[in-house]
Amino acid sequence: MNYDRILIRYGELSTKGRNRSQFIQKLANSIRRALHDFPNVAIKGTRDRTYILLNGEDGHLIVERLKSVFGIQSFSPVIKSGKELDEMKDAVLQLFRKVYKDGNTFKITTKRADKMYPMDTNELNHAFGAHVLQNVANLKVNVKNPDINLQIEIRKEASYISCETIYGAGGLPAGSSGKAMLMLSGGIDSPVAGFLSMRRGLELEGVHFFSPPFTSERSKQKVLDLSEKLANMNGHFQLHIVPFTEIQQLIQKQVPENYTMTTTRRLMLRITDAIREKQDALAIVTGESLGQVASQTLESMYAINEVTNTPILRPLIAMDKTDIVDIAKEIDTYEISNRPYEDCCTIFVPASPKTKPKREKVTRYESFVDFEPYIQEAVDHIESILIRPQTVKEDLFNELF
Amino acid sequence: MIYLDNSATTKPLPEVMDSFVKVSKEYFGNPSSLHGIGGQAEKLLSQARSQVTQLLSVKQKEIYFTSGGTEGNNLAIKGIAFAYKDRGKHLITTTIEHASVRESFKQLESMGFEVTEIPVDSNGRVHVVDIEKAIRPDTILVSVMHVNNEVGTIQPIDEIGQLLKKYPKVLFHVDHVQGIGKVPLDLNESHVDLCTISAHKFHGLKGNGLLFVRDGVMIHPLFTGGSQEGKVRSGTENVAGVVCMSKALRLILDKLQTELEQLRKVSNELRKGLEKIDGIVINTPEKFAAPHILNFSVPHVKSEVFVHALEEKDIFVSTTSACSSKQKTISNTLVAMGIPEERAGSAIRVSLSYYNTLDEVKKVLSAVEQTVEGLRKVMK
Repeated sequence: MNYDRILIRYGELSTKGRNRSQFIQKLANSIRRALHDFPNVAIKGTRDRTYILLNGEDGHLIVERLKSVFGIQSFSPVIKSGKELDEMKDAVLQLFRKVYKDGNTFKITTKRADKMYPMDTNELNHAFGAHVLQNVANLKVNVKNPDINLQIEIRKEASYISCETIYGAGGLPAGSSGKAMLMLSGGIDSPVAGFLSMRRGLELEGVHFFSPPFTSERSKQKVLDLSEKLANMNGHFQLHIVPFTEIQQLIQKQVPENYTMTTTRRLMLRITDAIREKQDALAIVTGESLGQVASQTLESMYAINEVTNTPILRPLIAMDKTDIVDIAKEIDTYEISNRPYEDCCTIFVPASPKTKPKREKVTRYESFVDFEPYIQEAVDHIESILIRPQTVKEDLFNELF
Repeated sequence: MIYLDNSATTKPLPEVMDSFVKVSKEYFGNPSSLHGIGGQAEKLLSQARSQVTQLLSVKQKEIYFTSGGTEGNNLAIKGIAFAYKDRGKHLITTTIEHASVRESFKQLESMGFEVTEIPVDSNGRVHVVDIEKAIRPDTILVSVMHVNNEVGTIQPIDEIGQLLKKYPKVLFHVDHVQGIGKVPLDLNESHVDLCTISAHKFHGLKGNGLLFVRDGVMIHPLFTGGSQEGKVRSGTENVAGVVCMSKALRLILDKLQTELEQLRKVSNELRKGLEKIDGIVINTPEKFAAPHILNFSVPHVKSEVFVHALEEKDIFVSTTSACSSKQKTISNTLVAMGIPEERAGSAIRVSLSYYNTLDEVKKVLSAVEQTVEGLRKVMK
């Protein structure tokens, strides 16, 4: 028994008033992107529901893909059947057997959109319920709180049967909330911050600071692999790799050791902000979590944040590390983040960085050099890479596989 | 030369060999090394892993690369037994498994586990009811092969999987070494928890295989060391072999989609022809048989004699499974099916690949006919 279509329910979308059609359009785009290698599917967006017609494509694979599309509250695979009672009964029973586990209870919910159908809803409920009960031993009905709710909808052209409600990723459709820059170090937190803000409809571009030879090609590869995960969610992901060696060396020379970390973060933020302006984005997303490390104390944030008044979004600010790790595992970035290569944040860490840096002090230390030309130089020499999702990746090794 | 011993091993494809040479030459690094050469090897490994996971519709972390079928079966069975021994010490298998499964269970028995062997019917098939009867509260594992290596019987894997859905504490291992690329198996639909595959059975190279372990299932490693493969299987990865396996897997699953009918035709032709030859009894059942294995007996002629007689005509077949044919023991599977010892002792296994042709079948049939006639004169 194969599913024929998938019904998609929206979450918050339905409250979006006059912008609703735009949101639905964006959602259809995300779905199309997620299913781009299933050429036969058709997507029909309506005011209250979106339908995906499978047209012979593999329903299981599509269900898996849909689970990660933002803006979907829940969805149900649906079987199309003829309207002959016996045919519908067979289809209902087959579908039921597929999901039934010993001890489950069930109910039948028939909807008769075709008012010309000779049997009424009650008669239909009875007919289907009796058929299932006769064919499955020891089965009990529970109309209040069933384990399986078999839904049959009889329409003019055919009937549609479903029994599973699968939860989607929630949130808002990709790109429906505007664009921001994500500071991506390669650690556990930043991809999670990226995921959470993408789920709220933000389109993200990544900024990564690269300091060869202090950080290796592999730490860059790590960030590319993380970006690929984000591209899977976003449809694509633009990563800006900033050459940072010279600035980092300059900081080591100019600033007292316990303030190098604060200055480094301030310069990273200034560079990111410059890229943000170039890319027409409106905010910067970071993976900071209050008090997690020296640069993420309130005093540090106060001292670092001084360099810009662009909104800095910190989706993880109030989260515990264990919760962040759980999400990282769920979105499959944890293993990548855990690869043991030094990155720009860990390589020059002083033995005892200031946890309570003072604004006045850091501005004074920085006042002896004009960092602006260096920032400009870094921004001018950015390597920008457009990363495609795994499913459309072209690789130089392809002939080997 | 007509090669009909594809269940023992297959001939590696030229394009697979090309990948092996190229990877070994140019990307020889150790994936665990920090430098760029190691990095490239690691990249190849992860690309191979993602190709395999896509082909099998499973998750990346569910694939462990091994050295082949024997290791996969050992790791699955002992790995589960050791990891879940506190939950129970009862294991279920069948009487017709490959030696690597059988001996793993035997070893576990000597370590205090209890093993129930489910018998097969005259077709060489287990019955789901017998498995259900054998399940006890302390059962932790059921291990059943998909396609039998000696006679080609297909076991009711899907039905067993559906049954075990009701017993969430019982894990399900399938030895899919003979089935892959020839008989479809959906690991998700059939609720398989562990599945063994070996590369050289589908035109990959010897020394490579994989074990699928469903996400959430614990497995106790048999090799410890450098923590490769998520600590489940330590040892420097055979990158070139793994790349070849992922390529060979793609190619064989392609064949399964497009050329299964052709393989069936070749196999049916062979069966029909053999049935007509006087003095031959077919051991492979008509129903539930895989399309690439055909087992028959030439009563009164010892298997070994027949194999060598055909070899003189440049045709290569096998006595029973390659792993036991040197030990001169008679086929376990045939005995389990209730076939008399005399007939089992004269059993011949023919195993096809997608590259065997109808033309070859014709030649084989006439060679077999001549050989039977010639030998029977001598033996009488």
